[in-house]
Amino acid sequence: MTSSEKNRNTLLIKGGHLIDPVARIDAPMDVLLKDGRVAEVALPNKIKGGADEKFDARGLIVAPGFIDLHVHLREPGQTHKETIATGTAAAAAGGFTSVCTMPNTAPVVDSVEWVEWLRQPERGAVVNVFAIAAATRASLGTTLSDFRALHSAGAVAVSDDGRPILDDGMMREALVLGGELNFPVVQHAEDTRMTENCSMHAGARSFRLGLRGMTAAAEASIVERDVQLAMQIPNARLHVAHLSTADALKSVRRGKRAKARVTFEVTPHHFTLTDEDMRDYDSNYKMNPPLRSTADREAVLAALADGTVDAIATDHAPHAAHEKEMEFERAAFGIAGLETALALAITRLHREKHIPLVRIVELFTAGPARCFDLRGRGSLVRGSIADVTVLDPKKKWTFDAAKSQSKSRNTPFDGWQLTGKVVAAIVGGKVVYSG
Amino acid sequence: MNPARGSLLGIEHLEAAEVLKMLKFARRMNPDKARPLLKGKRVLLLFYEASTRTRSSFEIAAKSMGAHTVLIQSAGSSIEKGESLLDTGYTVRAVGADVIVIRHPNAGAPYIMAQHIDVPVINAGDGLHEHPSQALLDAYTILRNKKTFKGLQVAIVGDIFHSRVARSACHLLSKFGVKIILCGPPELAPEVAATLAPGVRVTRHIEDALRGTDVVMLLRVQKERLAGLMIDLPEYIARYQMTPARLKMAKKDAIVMHPGPIIRGLELTSEVADGERSRILEEVHNGVLTRMAILARAMGKMR
Repeated sequence: MTSSEKNRNTLLIKGGHLIDPVARIDAPMDVLLKDGRVAEVALPNKIKGGADEKFDARGLIVAPGFIDLHVHLREPGQTHKETIATGTAAAAAGGFTSVCTMPNTAPVVDSVEWVEWLRQPERGAVVNVFAIAAATRASLGTTLSDFRALHSAGAVAVSDDGRPILDDGMMREALVLGGELNFPVVQHAEDTRMTENCSMHAGARSFRLGLRGMTAAAEASIVERDVQLAMQIPNARLHVAHLSTADALKSVRRGKRAKARVTFEVTPHHFTLTDEDMRDYDSNYKMNPPLRSTADREAVLAALADGTVDAIATDHAPHAAHEKEMEFERAAFGIAGLETALALAITRLHREKHIPLVRIVELFTAGPARCFDLRGRGSLVRGSIADVTVLDPKKKWTFDAAKSQSKSRNTPFDGWQLTGKVVAAIVGGKVVYSG
Repeated sequence: MNPARGSLLGIEHLEAAEVLKMLKFARRMNPDKARPLLKGKRVLLLFYEASTRTRSSFEIAAKSMGAHTVLIQSAGSSIEKGESLLDTGYTVRAVGADVIVIRHPNAGAPYIMAQHIDVPVINAGDGLHEHPSQALLDAYTILRNKKTFKGLQVAIVGDIFHSRVARSACHLLSKFGVKIILCGPPELAPEVAATLAPGVRVTRHIEDALRGTDVVMLLRVQKERLAGLMIDLPEYIARYQMTPARLKMAKKDAIVMHPGPIIRGLELTSEVADGERSRILEEVHNGVLTRMAILARAMGKMR
């Protein structure tokens, strides 16, 4: 090799243990990144030639860059909660090299112009930001948005997150058109006609606290309808956001068995907490869908273990303090989640439930990449995009919300002792976070 | 921040001994010849929701012990202009409140207040959650009439779901081993209500609720809180209205209670409301005594 052919613009990740579920690798491997791509994956010390930079990954796990299918970066228009810059900084600290941001902003992201605006360098994103565009104009549920144009503009899916598509005809239309374009329709499954004035899960706890409860049926009925539609409509792609109930899971399992193109995500808070965990009307436990019963959580855990779940997504939903520190019933729904997701997965799923790390990595990488067809991501096979997450699965640490990269502090996990920490996030071959 | 000492946010987490202490102290109270235990103190009554009995009896209780009272209602205050719960709390604290008595349509509002304000907060009813002063005055009334909680059976009939009175009563009576039977249609008395406290069960049948019962507690059907629930009122009256004939199914010396406001001709007939078994007005009277105890406790004067 001549000096001119030396590995320029390169980063060699050396001495780590690579987990790449797509490549079926779970072994010590070095990874060479070059010009934003994976140039080589080889046994330790087998990569020849030097590199501009080296990353010492001894004792650490090297994985494809994590992908979060469901975040709220709050731009445009809600910068008092979060900005693309602060939200993606939090994402990087949480090991996410790609995030898919929801369109329920002000204004709603329902046009090509706004999809492009999200990608402009002025936004200051430090990780890849993919737009999920509104499924209907202004998410009003009356007219479908221009799927074809949004798809060509690079939106990865459509959703009226937070304002579910209740009308059967509208959902059918969305799935038909989405199917033609191979465009996933993401549904926040909640029959809002059944959840008016509700602020937590309907059960013994909500009765005791005097809070009106959202029934599991309000989620399950919409999921069941959507799965039925997905089974009937050729090529339709349904993605169920933040699935939280055992009953909804049954519908999804049936759809998957029938080979319908149905995928779904679950959140760290739903596999970690239940409705019994909220104390003293603390609105950091208020999110939608709400924390569910123990039986629901067990069903979600079983689906994580048996391979049914496609992805872990955070539903990162930052809010300013004044929007949360108020009457529980009036407080905003949602919690921040980017910086605790991996640690909760390792602590709850790996250490307590003995789900293998390979499976956990898949839920953060290959799984979500498949849901939204994020080509070149979710794996580190040669030629892939050079997005890498490096983590220490044994590191014990305490999460301090005050030190979060996010603009907001609304999390129930403040002060939690967790195991498993992100050491670095590498985006396009560049280290954007190291902790 | 932990709630200030002397706060009364609910019955659920109160010790039975503390309840008895308050009831005992209330027994010694007389609004016409009260010691000035609250002399010079400022009691802020923060009412975000309509109230007749609770507000007036807290006010009389406070004044009879020498306190100044200031009433703030949502209409005509900054609350109407969109001031937040906590900002109103900080404001009344800055004005010089020594105690805050709060009635609010949202469950848990007094908890939020108590976590941020360093004076005792008294819950005068929060949404569907709790109404501790009502439970204490009801317990006081039961004790005055039945001498002891031992072996008692209490039937609570009506809109349990929307009732903070029912929730507080269940918590309180359960601490003393009282058998509690909740009775109403499924929309108003859901099965889950039985999980509130030990000794609570749910029945759909009024005969089942009344047989062997010492105390019949009636609740209003809260039309303003039904929020889309369809209740067939004629059907409700046919199955659950307390009539003299039905009352005969209870023990001979059973008493009738109701937290008010009563709707004659709906949950009870006038004969029952005005009958010799009725203790409805006695409850109102006892409300002043128990609220004197609650306020004295808030100021550390319950000795």
